[in-house]
Amino acid sequence: MVTIPAFLILAVVIFGIGAVGVLISRNIIVLFMCVELMLNAANLALIAFSRALNIMDGHAFVFLVLAVAAAEAAVGLAILITIFRNRETINIDRFDMLKW
Amino acid sequence: MISLDTIIFAVSALVAVFGAVMMIGQRNPVASVLYFIVSLVAQAVLYIQLGALFLGAILIIVYAGAIMVLFLFVIMLLNLRGQEDLGGRGPSIGRFSKYLLVTLLVIELAMVVKSSVLPNADVTGISSMVASDFGSVAGVAELLFGKYLYPFELASVLLLAAIVGAVVMAGREKAGDTSAATKPESTSSGSSIGGAGD
Repeated sequence: MVTIPAFLILAVVIFGIGAVGVLISRNIIVLFMCVELMLNAANLALIAFSRALNIMDGHAFVFLVLAVAAAEAAVGLAILITIFRNRETINIDRFDMLKW
Repeated sequence: MISLDTIIFAVSALVAVFGAVMMIGQRNPVASVLYFIVSLVAQAVLYIQLGALFLGAILIIVYAGAIMVLFLFVIMLLNLRGQEDLGGRGPSIGRFSKYLLVTLLVIELAMVVKSSVLPNADVTGISSMVASDFGSVAGVAELLFGKYLYPFELASVLLLAAIVGAVVMAGREKAGDTSAATKPESTSSGSSIGGAGD
């Protein structure tokens, strides 16, 4: 027997892994993927709530979140390519142009 | 007795967490992407277990099939092999505080879940399905083209803006190299041909 709280706890754990990855990762590509992982954890929670309440609205939200994730990946990777042309690195610590 | 649904959930959850953890630890970004895809497939199984059949398929097709391929394209375009110098590991007090803060966040969220008033019933398996069209293509389409029509249309505007933004940012030549900005193939104005000849 699997209950809704089990799915929610799993979503929380996956979200936590994504948050740790965002904080400790030096590689900007891995950092982007960790953000996607956090979005996925939120999606899992939305689908679990949708199932718990027997209404499908959560599925529509998840669909829109997927669209936002795709847009975020496209724009983020374009920014990454532009920065890589100027800096020749993917180390997040070197991207300090806006730091004084 | 442990039911089949419990085994499927446990295995999928373990694989999802395993893929996510391995993704962070990899030095080679290509291996990171592959571990993320492993995690995504396990999450798609969980979606289907929760009755979201259409979204489970969409997760594999769109995420693993399209977005992750975009990541792979960028990794190969930049020719990253995992040998880049990413610096030291930083001060240990900073690392410790990061783990501590995230652990506190996870514990807090878990306590919220535990204290919530959600129904504690078995939710997996075909026998517990509520309606026959729950999570089906028709059910999701009815919502997206009915109740959530305007958000759906706005999502298309968002995707268009993302496409234009990505092309504008990634398609530009190097900053400072102004003569290269006017390419020979842009023959709409005569000055660009002269500029390319410099």
